[in-house]
Amino acid sequence: MNNAMGFWHILFGRLTWESLPFVKAWLDPTVSEIIAAGAGGIVVLGAIATFGLITLFGKWRYIWTEWMTSLDHKKIGIMYMILAVIMLSRALIEAVLMRVQQAVAINNPGLLSPDHFGQLFTTHGTIMIFFVGMPLLTGLINFAMPLQIGARDVAFPYMNSISLWMTVGGGILLMASLVFGEFSTGGWSGYPPYTELAFNGGVGPDYWIWAVTLSSLGAMMTGINFAVTVYKLRSPGMRWMRLPLFTWTAFCTAILMIFAVPPLTIATLLLAADRYLGMHFFTNALGGNMMNFVNLFWLFGHPEVYILILPAFGIFSEVVSTFSAKVLYGYTSLVIATMAIALLSFTVWLHHFFTMGQSAPVNAVFGIATMAIGIPTGVKIYNWIWTMFRGEVRFTTPMLFSLAFMVTFVIGGMSGIILATPPVDFMVHNTLFLVAHFHNMLIPGMLYGMIAGYYYWFPKAFGFRLSETWGRIAFVCWVVGFYLAFTPLYVLGLAGAPRRTQEFFDPSFRPWLIIALLGALLIAAGLAALFIQLWVSIKQRDTTRVPVGDPWDARGLEWSIPAPPPDYNFAVLPQVGRRDAFYWRKQNNGAYKPADHYRDIEVPKNSMCGVLVGLAAAACFFGLVWHIWWLAFCGSALTIGTIITRSFMRDVVRTIPAAEVEALDRRWLETAAAALPVPRQLELTPENEGLARCQPK
Amino acid sequence: MSAEITDPELLQAGLNVAAEPREVREHAESDVLGFWVFLMSDAVIFALLFSIYGTMGNATAGGPVPQHEFKFHSAFWETALLLTSSFSYGMVSLSLKHTRHRIWPALWLGVTFCLGAGFLIMEVRDFLTLFHDGATPERSGYFSSFFVLVGTHGCHVFSGLIWIVLMGIQIAMFGLDQRTRLNLIRLGLFWHFLDIIWVVIFSVVYLGALIK
Amino acid sequence: MKISSPLTRDFAPYFIGYLLAIVLTGCAFSCVYFRLLPPGLTFTIVLGLALIQVIVHMLCFLHVSLQRSARANLQLLIFSAVIIMLMVGGTLVILFNERARMM
Repeated sequence: MNNAMGFWHILFGRLTWESLPFVKAWLDPTVSEIIAAGAGGIVVLGAIATFGLITLFGKWRYIWTEWMTSLDHKKIGIMYMILAVIMLSRALIEAVLMRVQQAVAINNPGLLSPDHFGQLFTTHGTIMIFFVGMPLLTGLINFAMPLQIGARDVAFPYMNSISLWMTVGGGILLMASLVFGEFSTGGWSGYPPYTELAFNGGVGPDYWIWAVTLSSLGAMMTGINFAVTVYKLRSPGMRWMRLPLFTWTAFCTAILMIFAVPPLTIATLLLAADRYLGMHFFTNALGGNMMNFVNLFWLFGHPEVYILILPAFGIFSEVVSTFSAKVLYGYTSLVIATMAIALLSFTVWLHHFFTMGQSAPVNAVFGIATMAIGIPTGVKIYNWIWTMFRGEVRFTTPMLFSLAFMVTFVIGGMSGIILATPPVDFMVHNTLFLVAHFHNMLIPGMLYGMIAGYYYWFPKAFGFRLSETWGRIAFVCWVVGFYLAFTPLYVLGLAGAPRRTQEFFDPSFRPWLIIALLGALLIAAGLAALFIQLWVSIKQRDTTRVPVGDPWDARGLEWSIPAPPPDYNFAVLPQVGRRDAFYWRKQNNGAYKPADHYRDIEVPKNSMCGVLVGLAAAACFFGLVWHIWWLAFCGSALTIGTIITRSFMRDVVRTIPAAEVEALDRRWLETAAAALPVPRQLELTPENEGLARCQPK
Repeated sequence: MSAEITDPELLQAGLNVAAEPREVREHAESDVLGFWVFLMSDAVIFALLFSIYGTMGNATAGGPVPQHEFKFHSAFWETALLLTSSFSYGMVSLSLKHTRHRIWPALWLGVTFCLGAGFLIMEVRDFLTLFHDGATPERSGYFSSFFVLVGTHGCHVFSGLIWIVLMGIQIAMFGLDQRTRLNLIRLGLFWHFLDIIWVVIFSVVYLGALIK
Repeated sequence: MKISSPLTRDFAPYFIGYLLAIVLTGCAFSCVYFRLLPPGLTFTIVLGLALIQVIVHMLCFLHVSLQRSARANLQLLIFSAVIIMLMVGGTLVILFNERARMM
């Protein structure tokens, strides 16, 4: 008997039958456990259904060769977005569940046990930041930034694929936690000593540690990749002050990733050292100091906010300029503001822990620095407003999201200034006021931007436009839902409702909580509307095709190529003479011209190494979570082995012959010549084939 | 960006890309720049490990204290080994530029490997002595931060050694083709960077403790 | 003729760098070994020597220079130094401030 236990332990570590939510629900059939088992069931069935459908349609080869092993930055970008949408769906459902719980649990335990509720807010936060926000912006930057600077790919395509699959691996860990064991209850920031072994011996915090570590490694590599791409791969003539604003924000985001992600990696790894090796970094005993963790975490955490928000600022700049048919107002000031925000974001991290006990002068310095960030942000808002002024504004879906962003974000910023005052922060710290504030920044400042960017660049990526009707329905749901869901939280927070609470005792909270629940449901409807939009758009894609590639009469280089773009992006690297180069070319009759002569183009060959590295790393970390040491060992050996093997491969590029490039380019030019130019007012009609009617100066 | 090929680290290290077309030159430059950026990211990691070490200076929790545990002489000889290995890696770069035959870089790589391995062996012996004295990472916050800081550097040196071996094999297999050269340049940056980190470690950690 | 050969020219920085590194290291270790000065001052001197040595390594081994063509690296280094100073300085200020208030 003992022998069998020992064998089991070697094979499966601390994984037992009781780790499965289904067994737990069977043994203890409470509502909370049944919900947990249901969630686990959805993951299992979803995985089986996905695999089954792919097998049924015989698409494995297609998915493997065209997508998973691809090193093409456009496809990697799209895969990032798919990951983000899957994770977003889960995290949004969790949000609705939490809202339901709080709305019903007033002076009664409600549906969810405290432990389950703790897991929900932890996974919600962790997923939304690391597996929705980061992949969304990484995906959009990956897709659009190289096109905007006239590059054929990012600087390190293979590393790009590793980043993607490491992030996917982290996502798999999070999904696995629904089926095997449980997730951390320590919040997305995972503060010790609560997450230390002494208080939390289970697998939860370990899942959190390794999922976040994987994502942070991916983000660090992505940052290096993007920064070097912008620095070195700009096409001839694309000087710094000619870069589109989205590229500028992508560059600043990349810099933030490079310097701000290491503190997070250290924080999680040192916590792991405490938990696995018995060290004393953040423990209560023997000289540990948990304040070090808090400090490290927010050294990362604050720049992270700007990692999430800056790319959205870039998208709004592009969208507002395009749909107002005007040059971006105050380009230089926008660039300077972006850089100022990036630098200042390293000087304010302490405002996340004013209440930790520093002396007043220290708090005051960081409070003032925090308020100072409002200035460059304000500059940006004015710039966007002035860009619209006297422009030919079309209120399409991305433009509507941009407008909603401006208003909502300013409101959120105001509450931020309030929170930046240490004495006020002392009063509302750890209340729902704070929850309302950061959702008020991140939903408009990140998600609205990403939805706008998704709608804006979708025709470029897939060659057809998204449904405008469903876009507007989604817009109404997202915006109304947001205000309904989060305005009440401000009120509740001021009334003293603490955050992360499973049960309230004040009946006067109930009306507000019910309104917030309605808002959350509306936001969920907004997500559903986006799915329906995608479905409807695919169905009616024959009427919305834009093969010529410029559906919005837009300005940057990414619109000067076919939609969808060929593997090599540009048949000939464009020569850039000024800002908004493509718009200028259109005005001066210089667009849609064949090149003098075409050259062979080298693109990276597909490689399965990225997939192997990411998934093997995930397997290794799964082994670490459950103390399955053989799996951890094999996973890490496979990861390192793959990287080493790849360094011995010399045959890594594929050459596309000049004749093929020329044939493709000429065919596209013929399409453009045959297409009917449409004026901007008709850009949402089926007449739009992606050729804008030229508006001479 | 002007397309000049005078990036000093490329010239100094002997990546002969001057005659190559523009795209190849750019590729080489962006590869090296990318590695610089990675090193800066790594530098942030070390900087933060140093600051944690700084905040835990007194956290010996009644256990062994560093001024009695650290050995002056071994710190000195470890430093000497690592400094010399940095110089010998310089000779790898030099022979990459000025000699045709692959034997010279390989030879200096071997010297660097021996020096690095010697450093690592001394460090491990130091660690074993500390363990023997009861100064383990589980004993106190101070020794947790000490072992993680110095150990992270040691791990870097260890991966550098593996990298050297791999480069030796690649030189044997492929000769000094462009990718091998690029990797040798990056390995050089890595190795010199580790030396810089060690300078700060022996000053702050070892000498800082032995002054008391 | 021999002096100005390319090999010698390229060898010089490594040699000078190595020599300086040995001298600086020797100074730091002997300061501590012979205990000529009070501990606080000695530690400051050791840190100063370390800083000089870091710069020597950058110039001689990593070939960071002020030339225009190497500006990307220089910008990167300066920016990194600023960020590292912010992070390390901030961390030390915050945590020592807290320690002082808890004592």
